[in-house]
Amino acid sequence: MFELLGVPPQALFGQVLLGLINGSFYAILSLGLAVIFGLLNIINFTHGAQYMMGAFVAWMALNYLGLNYWAALIVAPIVVGAVGIAIERLLLRRIAHLDHLYGLLLTFGLALIIQGLFRNQYGSSGLPYAIPPQLSGGQNLGFMFLPNYRAWVIVASLVVCLGTWFLIEKTKLGSYLRAATENPTLTQAFGINVPLLVTLTYGFGVALAAFAGVLAAPIYSVNPNMGGDLIIVVFAVVVIGGMGSIMGAIVTGFALGLVEGLTKVFYPEGAATVIFVIMVLVLLVKPAGLFGRQA
Amino acid sequence: MKLKTLLATGLLAAVMASPAVAQQISIKAGVLNDRSGLYADLSGEGSVIAARMAVEDFKAADKGIKVEIVSADHQNKPDVGSTIARQWYDQDGVDLILDVPTSSVALAVSQITKEKNKILINSGAGSSDLTGKACTPNTIHWTYDTYALAQGTGGAMVKAGGDTWFFMTADYAFGQALERDATAVITKAGGKVVGSVKTPFPGTDFSSFLLQAQASKAKVIGLANAGGDTVNSIKQAGEFGITQGGQKLAGLLTFISDVHALGLQAAQGLVLTEAFYWDKDDQTRAWSQRFAKANGGKMPTMVQAGVYAGMLHYLKAVEAAKTKDTAAVVAKMKATPTDDALFGKGSIEANGRTIHDMYLYEVKKPSESKGPWDYYKLVSTIPGKDAFQPVAESGCNLPK
Repeated sequence: MFELLGVPPQALFGQVLLGLINGSFYAILSLGLAVIFGLLNIINFTHGAQYMMGAFVAWMALNYLGLNYWAALIVAPIVVGAVGIAIERLLLRRIAHLDHLYGLLLTFGLALIIQGLFRNQYGSSGLPYAIPPQLSGGQNLGFMFLPNYRAWVIVASLVVCLGTWFLIEKTKLGSYLRAATENPTLTQAFGINVPLLVTLTYGFGVALAAFAGVLAAPIYSVNPNMGGDLIIVVFAVVVIGGMGSIMGAIVTGFALGLVEGLTKVFYPEGAATVIFVIMVLVLLVKPAGLFGRQA
Repeated sequence: MKLKTLLATGLLAAVMASPAVAQQISIKAGVLNDRSGLYADLSGEGSVIAARMAVEDFKAADKGIKVEIVSADHQNKPDVGSTIARQWYDQDGVDLILDVPTSSVALAVSQITKEKNKILINSGAGSSDLTGKACTPNTIHWTYDTYALAQGTGGAMVKAGGDTWFFMTADYAFGQALERDATAVITKAGGKVVGSVKTPFPGTDFSSFLLQAQASKAKVIGLANAGGDTVNSIKQAGEFGITQGGQKLAGLLTFISDVHALGLQAAQGLVLTEAFYWDKDDQTRAWSQRFAKANGGKMPTMVQAGVYAGMLHYLKAVEAAKTKDTAAVVAKMKATPTDDALFGKGSIEANGRTIHDMYLYEVKKPSESKGPWDYYKLVSTIPGKDAFQPVAESGCNLPK
């Protein structure tokens, strides 16, 4: 049989698809980071913890309130987004005029505190969360068995990513946002409430992370470290795509998921490092990232 | 003046002669494990609680032995673990280190312990190299090792007809040792290993590796990983219909905390090897209930039970040797048969390997379980001498 680099093509299709599915998580998470960085100029290290909180809120909603997965998909982003808004109002706002580094340190510290609190309460080995019955099972595509849930993940994330892109790049609200990013003082002079815009944007970015967390709950272990493990990779994705670029974050997210997936086939030992190798190469050649604007 | 001196001397002599003071031995024990990462639930604070229970149960204070317990987080990183071990031994006066899960860290701490001539009673780590080619006169390996896991789960699966295997191996010392030991058992029993993949540690998404395992058509997919990696692998194997396709999963190292995290729905039917199960008999139940009360309702893992038993045996040896001198205590520990409520009767071999029975359990169906933590049914008991590697074959060159 015809083989490509020692792997039958059917197997390769399966791996490509899996790579794209993992890429959807990178895409939603890096999108949230890019949106926040674009407007607030804050490198939101709490993002991983907020993703984890999304998964935990889904679990709590199910076990304490009896709300199913579909309700959690809406409730969790709202709850975690509200927590994000509180963080922005109470903490981030106070250091907005300081250097980037302060925001980074504050959000990193917050992430450690949040993870620690959840670890104290729920332990580190995780909580069970089942796939919703409507999406259990899967389709035999000939070259692979595709679980329905994974197909849903890829569709949901594409819709959310493109919706966000449309909102920011093509709507009036988006134009305010972009204007406030460019020149907040001037935008405020035109009668637009920039502080409110900033707060809502942060809340929205955080809600995106929580949404990804709910999507992840049925397939990954729901544990307090789930975000910490992922966030470093997502930062690499954002750096490769270019800080603050919306489309860059989406495209790079999916593309790097793909690259990582293929590495798992050809050189599994390197799968955890390949993204960082690419990051180094991109930084050497295009320091602003693949889609970034040169500062 | 003379009278005063006389009185003082007499008083001093009286104090010196009183037995409590004459035998006073102070011990500082360090519990070094993962307190924040993927192994924190199976070792972590629970192991500290277990060590403290051993000191209480031994009534150390009444026997003139003063024990202080300290603990630290090695974050599963050999460099962090080594730094803490050195500081404990050099500056903080720690006499022995307990637990140390994560084989790469354990191997490093074992060498430092030898260099400083202290004692390591390992419970959490798996690599059989600790009492094999990397053995030292200062390391006791209590609870389990990769050889015993391979004998238990590996042997049972081959016997049940699973004679072709594909390994998903966590890419570090423990995973590699487990794959090596399991391969030996499988080949010896007439089975064959058709492939393996090394997965980055720790990992989140195992679907790509599961697909490779599926394509290999092996009857058994051996999970040579632990903790969160095992939980994610099993969860995702269910999602991709691996078990419905007729392939079996062998979780070579699955702790009760992993089963708890997976839920019985996802974990049912798994065959696993354990050195200890809380619901085994009256003694283990009584101890475990006490433990759970101190540990937020969570039942002990075999690692935590091993810390208790190891600490208890150490204290017995100190009492018998009437000193905490390393060589004397280790010699006593090896010469005295082990006997405690959790692991029963056993012994410690010349290479530091503790020999006790191991158990093959199957995870219950949700309908069979009476409540939280009622997870296992016994398949068979593996006598200690069959479960663990004979000293002669271990590759350890310590004199008897």
